[in-house]
Amino acid sequence: MASNTAEVPRKAGGPAGWISVAVPAALFAWFLQYVGPVSEGEQILLGIDWVPSMDIRLSVLIDGLSLTFALLIAGIGTLVTLFSTAYLGKHPDYPRFVLFLMAFMVGMLGLVLSDNLIALFVFWEVTTISSYLLIGFDNASAKSRRSALQALLLTGAGGLALLAGMILLGHVAGTFELSEILTQGEAIRAHPLYVPIVILFLLGAFTKSAQFPFHFWLPNAMAAPTPVSAYLHSATMVKGGVYLLARVNPALGDSELWFWTLIVAGGFTTVFASLLAIRQTDIKQVLAYTTLMALGALTLFIGTGSPDAIKGMMVFLVVHSLYKAALFLMIGIVDHETGTREVDRLRGLGRKMPLTFLGGALAAISMAGIPPFVGFIGKEFLYKAGLGHEQATVWITGTIFAASALMFVAAGIAVLRPFTGRLSDTPRPAHEGPWVMWIGPLILGALSLGFGLFPDMVERFLVAPGTWAVYGDYDYTVDLYLFREVNAAFLLSLATFATGIVLYLVHARLRAALARIIAANPVKFDPGWDRLIDGIKALAAWQTRHLQSGVLQRYMLIVFATLTVALGGTIWAQGALDFRIDFAAEFDGLLFKHWAVLIFITAGALLTAYTGSRMTAIAALGVVGIGVALIFIMFSAPDVAITQLLVETLVVVLVAVAMLKLPNLNLGDEPRRPGHAVLSIATGAVVSAVLIAVLQGDLDRRITDYFEVASWPDAYGRNIVNVILVDFRALDTFGEIAVVVIAALAAYALLRGTRYGGDAADKDGGR
Amino acid sequence: MVNSIILNAATRLLVALLLLFSVFMLLRGHNLPGGGFIGGLIGATGFILYAIAQGAEATRAALRVEPQNIAMVGLGIALCAGGFAAFFGEAFFTGQWLFIGETEEDKGLPISSVLVFDIGVYLVVFGSILTLVLALEEEV
Amino acid sequence: MELMVAIMVGVLVAAAVHLMLARNVLRFIFGLILISNAANLTIFVSGRLTAQSPPLIPEGADAPLGDVANALPQALVLTAIVIGFGLFAFALTLVYRTYQNLGTLDSDEMRLAEPREGEDHA
Repeated sequence: MASNTAEVPRKAGGPAGWISVAVPAALFAWFLQYVGPVSEGEQILLGIDWVPSMDIRLSVLIDGLSLTFALLIAGIGTLVTLFSTAYLGKHPDYPRFVLFLMAFMVGMLGLVLSDNLIALFVFWEVTTISSYLLIGFDNASAKSRRSALQALLLTGAGGLALLAGMILLGHVAGTFELSEILTQGEAIRAHPLYVPIVILFLLGAFTKSAQFPFHFWLPNAMAAPTPVSAYLHSATMVKGGVYLLARVNPALGDSELWFWTLIVAGGFTTVFASLLAIRQTDIKQVLAYTTLMALGALTLFIGTGSPDAIKGMMVFLVVHSLYKAALFLMIGIVDHETGTREVDRLRGLGRKMPLTFLGGALAAISMAGIPPFVGFIGKEFLYKAGLGHEQATVWITGTIFAASALMFVAAGIAVLRPFTGRLSDTPRPAHEGPWVMWIGPLILGALSLGFGLFPDMVERFLVAPGTWAVYGDYDYTVDLYLFREVNAAFLLSLATFATGIVLYLVHARLRAALARIIAANPVKFDPGWDRLIDGIKALAAWQTRHLQSGVLQRYMLIVFATLTVALGGTIWAQGALDFRIDFAAEFDGLLFKHWAVLIFITAGALLTAYTGSRMTAIAALGVVGIGVALIFIMFSAPDVAITQLLVETLVVVLVAVAMLKLPNLNLGDEPRRPGHAVLSIATGAVVSAVLIAVLQGDLDRRITDYFEVASWPDAYGRNIVNVILVDFRALDTFGEIAVVVIAALAAYALLRGTRYGGDAADKDGGR
Repeated sequence: MVNSIILNAATRLLVALLLLFSVFMLLRGHNLPGGGFIGGLIGATGFILYAIAQGAEATRAALRVEPQNIAMVGLGIALCAGGFAAFFGEAFFTGQWLFIGETEEDKGLPISSVLVFDIGVYLVVFGSILTLVLALEEEV
Repeated sequence: MELMVAIMVGVLVAAAVHLMLARNVLRFIFGLILISNAANLTIFVSGRLTAQSPPLIPEGADAPLGDVANALPQALVLTAIVIGFGLFAFALTLVYRTYQNLGTLDSDEMRLAEPREGEDHA
């Protein structure tokens, strides 16, 4: 439901709005101060101990990679939240939206800045959960809820795999500090646990960054409000997986397994996603699939691992975040002002929305990779890396070629078509949005152009430090340029443009053809997911039906049978019990009073079990209790005996009081079940056997001896039992008295509930 | 509530005696059988006797404080006694001792965080049991 | 005596298990009391039985004179008795309240949360 809070008229989001803009803006300014030192090759380590006993530190590592991410997160965050003040500012749940978005930002910043693996994991999960809340923001829609749950389950499962991988890695490296792990690459790669570690890390990264075959959640996640798509599902969160791969590359990279898995999964995702992007008619979905393509390309280049590839990866990371956030914001404006995102219904918006068009066009040109935009530089380096690689030249270059050409088409579909030509009819008459909306795409588009014109700046402050961090080599020089010579990479770029233009001209037919192919394909991931979830639910229901029967007797039967078999089996298998029990010696030592107590208790117990009258049962229980107290008295435990006697009295008082209100049921009408009798006797016999086995062994009195010696000199007490309770083991006692209080309060609440709300259950049909 | 003159007359005396005895058991507990658990149980028994003779309502009036509050205060006292060691830089629940009038031969009157802890235990047991019994008694 | 107590504990457990397998929850509670007693005795006996020498340190001595009873299991059992009482009191209240609301002491008929197949929640 859209919440029942009264609709408070808010201008531009109210206080929640400006706070949400000010926080990322301030963070952005704060991170800027580190740009200088980091560009000199410095690594900044800050931190405090969080859980020292488990070696978990809240430590921050600022190097080229994490700083680039932090600047993107805070910078794009500022523009996105500014955009949201107009896009969602009048939504009744806007403050909640801001809360989720801020929580996400904290998580994401923590994720990229953490130097401790466990802290990194905690923040990783924060982003998963806040992403879930944001995708499901429109919680009245079943589609949003399903998409949110799908994203949560998939990335959450990946997160668990990642946690396991992190624990193994920490075990192998002997530390959870990334800055220390990254220097131990050789040793980690040689360790037998290397393969499981890589697989677990890849599961985490691939689910988060939506790599094939875990790609299907990302397009569904577009059910989220557009600012969320722009922020989480293109610029930041989905790059978390890429970040992780880049981060651990110095430790885990540089092996056949790493190389082939990453380039195959990345390359496949790249081509597959760019084809599906062309297939879409909803521009937001087009952008969603191009994001998948970009993530695939980033993965591919981390896997390739050559300096050129890492450099290309870093450039492309920045480039993609800039243009993709701009395009998402652009489609957000179009959607907000015209009421549709369907590519066939939008034409000629350029004249009505010139500033939006300008921002979108700048971003789209960068995405298409046309010079002098930074997108061109990024593509150029990707080609160079592909051509320079010895093992998989064709695969890497080919996938990048196909993807770049298709990107060109996608850019045309997303911007050229809607904004040019004759104005079409839209659900709402098109008009320009407020400045807070178009400022974002405009700034990001301008940066795409500016970075392309001045590549030195990007190189020095972002790409070079980032490349050092991922490549793990701080002596390597990074050189970015727009154009230097006509070489193979440049020629490939020209071929890309030609292919792209041809494909754009025929894209309507291409889309139809793709639709036919996809319709014919029997493997469908999304419905497959539903079947998986249904299967798990059916399994849960099946096992619940069988194990959780809801019958108390059956539960007790299972518990006692398990106890008997496990204890008895262990004793028998270990041969722990010596059956040559010397009864003669035992009987010699027994006095009359011993016999009397034994008989008393045994008779009381048997009487309680077999009597049909509840008064007899209570009396018999009293006999047992007093008998036990007598044992305590006879064997030198005065404190225990007094306690037992007092408690026994209280039990009788309580039972007597309760009996006044309980029915005088005939306890004897219980059906006689031979099976129960057999199990009872067996359990009793096994407990006796265990106890006798214990008594046959030696008693380790070390702790008792210590207490006896220390009780007076150290704790100034002559009653050793009391000293143990209130001094040596006071923490235990504290826990125990807390339990007593809780039991009393719980019982009190139960009784009071009877008095004041006792028939509530009947009134609303509780039965 | 039981209408018995003997019981009514006897309880007045017995409650006071049991309460006094419970405090005695509490205080001597560190050196002889006794302590907070036993003291609390004896004290509670005294008031339960009173409740049987005079009714739960009268017992609550005689207690003046709700028994569940007594239990919670006791828990708080025990916690404070445990945390007290932190002021001296020692581990949680390390006993702290002060001997008033200490001489060469005699340790004088000992006051300790351990005794405070035992008083907390006493109040918890006393309060919890009365909470239970009084609530159940009022039900019936 | 230890051996005989061990056998007696077995009898207590057998009786308790038999009671706890019953459908009547009142019998279940009686079983609970018995099994608590059995558990306390188990702990007590496994520290061995020593007659007539409680774990006290006489005036003027720094440690107990001669062999005294094992103090550790005594301390454990003492708190266990009090906790067992708390558990018992809570269980009894629960049974009491259940009986008032559902009108039965038969655990098979207490199916508010998990109705039988075919039965309606309402």
